[in-house]
Amino acid sequence: MHIHEYQAKEVLANYGIQIQPGTLVYSPDQAVAAYNSQGSAVCAVKAQIHSGARGKAGGIRLCRSNDEVRRAADEMLGEKLVTHQTGSSGKLVQKLYVEAGVDIDREIYLAFVLDRAKQRHVAVASAEGGMEIEQLAQEKPESILRISIDPASGMRHFQAQELAFGLGLGSDLVKQAVSTFRGLYKAMIELDASMVEINPLVVTRDRRLIALDAKMEFDDNALFRHREVAELRDMSQEDPRETAASDHDLSYVGLDGDIGCMINGAGLAMATMDMIKLSGGEPANFLDIGGGASPERVAKAFELVLQDGNVKAMLVNIFAGINRCDWIAEGLIKALGVVDLGVPLVVRLSGTNVEEGTQMLVDSGLPIIMADTLADAAQKAVAAAQGQGE
Amino acid sequence: MSILINKDTKILIQGFTGRIGTFHAKEMLEYGSNVVGGVTPGKGGQAHLNLPVFNTIKEAVDATGATASIVFVPAMAAADSIMEAADGGIKYCVAITDGIPAQDMIRVKRFMLRYPKERKMILTGPNCAGSITPGEAMLGIMPGHIYGPGRVGVVGRSGTLGYEAASQMKAEGIGISTSIGIGGDPINGSSHRDILELFEQDPDTDAVMIIGEIGGPQEAEAAAFARDHMTKPVAAYVAGLTAPKGRRMGHAGAIISGKGESASEKVEIFKEAGVAIVPNPSEFGTTMKDVVSKL
Repeated sequence: MHIHEYQAKEVLANYGIQIQPGTLVYSPDQAVAAYNSQGSAVCAVKAQIHSGARGKAGGIRLCRSNDEVRRAADEMLGEKLVTHQTGSSGKLVQKLYVEAGVDIDREIYLAFVLDRAKQRHVAVASAEGGMEIEQLAQEKPESILRISIDPASGMRHFQAQELAFGLGLGSDLVKQAVSTFRGLYKAMIELDASMVEINPLVVTRDRRLIALDAKMEFDDNALFRHREVAELRDMSQEDPRETAASDHDLSYVGLDGDIGCMINGAGLAMATMDMIKLSGGEPANFLDIGGGASPERVAKAFELVLQDGNVKAMLVNIFAGINRCDWIAEGLIKALGVVDLGVPLVVRLSGTNVEEGTQMLVDSGLPIIMADTLADAAQKAVAAAQGQGE
Repeated sequence: MSILINKDTKILIQGFTGRIGTFHAKEMLEYGSNVVGGVTPGKGGQAHLNLPVFNTIKEAVDATGATASIVFVPAMAAADSIMEAADGGIKYCVAITDGIPAQDMIRVKRFMLRYPKERKMILTGPNCAGSITPGEAMLGIMPGHIYGPGRVGVVGRSGTLGYEAASQMKAEGIGISTSIGIGGDPINGSSHRDILELFEQDPDTDAVMIIGEIGGPQEAEAAAFARDHMTKPVAAYVAGLTAPKGRRMGHAGAIISGKGESASEKVEIFKEAGVAIVPNPSEFGTTMKDVVSKL
């Protein structure tokens, strides 16, 4: 789960991370009032959306007068901001964070992430702040420092100190740096964050260490034990189809193609989408309906996929293991009784009782295009989407 | 002819008396697995499916001599159950449970380091379909009948895609020595590489099929191991060609977050390591047939 910058800063301030005075606003009037109350000549007006790289996309504006603040707020609110992380549709800006300006001496990159190779957390930092980590890794890999953290002992004082000196922070800043680094690690552990990124962490001209941006992601699997974190969820930033899917315990990811997919199992779903691509088509979605595949679940899944107006054909691929294909067929037939597909449907069943299941679908008289293999299913779905169905 | 489990392996079920544990315990018994009992704290002394129930793993191991366990405990308590297995003398544990917090798994992995090599537990999963040595023992939730016995090892992240591969191989007359699911989570008990090492040492495995996916470094580690340390041929498939960067495709670990984590990059890495590539998911069987025909 992602949260907004202003939320992350609020969370991290509780862990001793220094932030600039800032105010969340919903209108240009509120933005101007916030600017005036902060008493700083310069402020940053920042779009609050779930995406990084907002600066380059025009989602962060430095303003020096009431007029500038008003104009910035006016231009951003209610508009969709497109960054290279949001996809072409962008994300709706409904609120802004007005933050007091600061005199920056230098910028640092700092993050805590999961190191999947070592299977523990790692602190990643670079004296070259402001750039994105991918860009840093490519252009200045030697500038990246890593501290691997043993979960049994946590981030030790000496490790935070090594990082601080490694970043070239002067002796006067080391104490602040150590408490910032350890505070971030503590927040990550206590709240089950999967990622904390401060980019940039800035050294001000008056020698303070401030988190000028903050990004946090949380482990969905651990939200059950952090109600306060779960409450920070902003559904307006999510794809509504994905939200609806998660409400029904279905795993859905919307994509740009035109072949709707419904598959059991994440790996088989990805493989089926691969097969569609290799057959010259593009999948409209990832959808894992999991085990069970009861008629209600199948009907719900159909409805979900068909909300995507781009879908021109539907491909169902079910491997019945503990399930049986005849049960799956029964579920499909019942679901098709309540949902009007309106697009060609290709079904491929495999596994236990495949003959019975296939026969039931054929006997149902429903306009289903049956397929034998994964390749056959994908080719038929691609042909159907192109209007060349059987 | 197997790794990790065979017909003699004594198995305990953790989360034995729950609905899911009960269902799959029955399936395993029916397959012929040597299930000797189970653990449900508070229900020790009772009988379930005509087998003894114990309060703790230690009691169960003492009473039955079990060396393997399978975890069906709900996500919020599963990490603790895995640690209990490691501490209680279990040698091989399969964690089926989906949805265990990543940090809990980090702690599990750290906890498991405390034991000397000779009593260190091997864990596969979580979030997997389990393991099967066809014709001998099933320690998992897969449909056992789709796996024919034979001499090809299988290691994969996904359940149903593994079934797809197994049934294609069966249709081509290729049998399996053991199939191991390592699960779809970012922090897992054993990696592809760990399992490859076991297959390399197994005299009854001639070749290995890897079923990988996007996200994480484990396919690349497996490719390097296959290149540097394996005498047996390896074939691989990597699912997720169409997955966009930064999106989680069902599995908690199936997310492209950095360089080398996409399907096409992983396929290149396998190719460079001399691994046979399964060109599309309809050709698991034919690709492996080709590989074993050259043995």
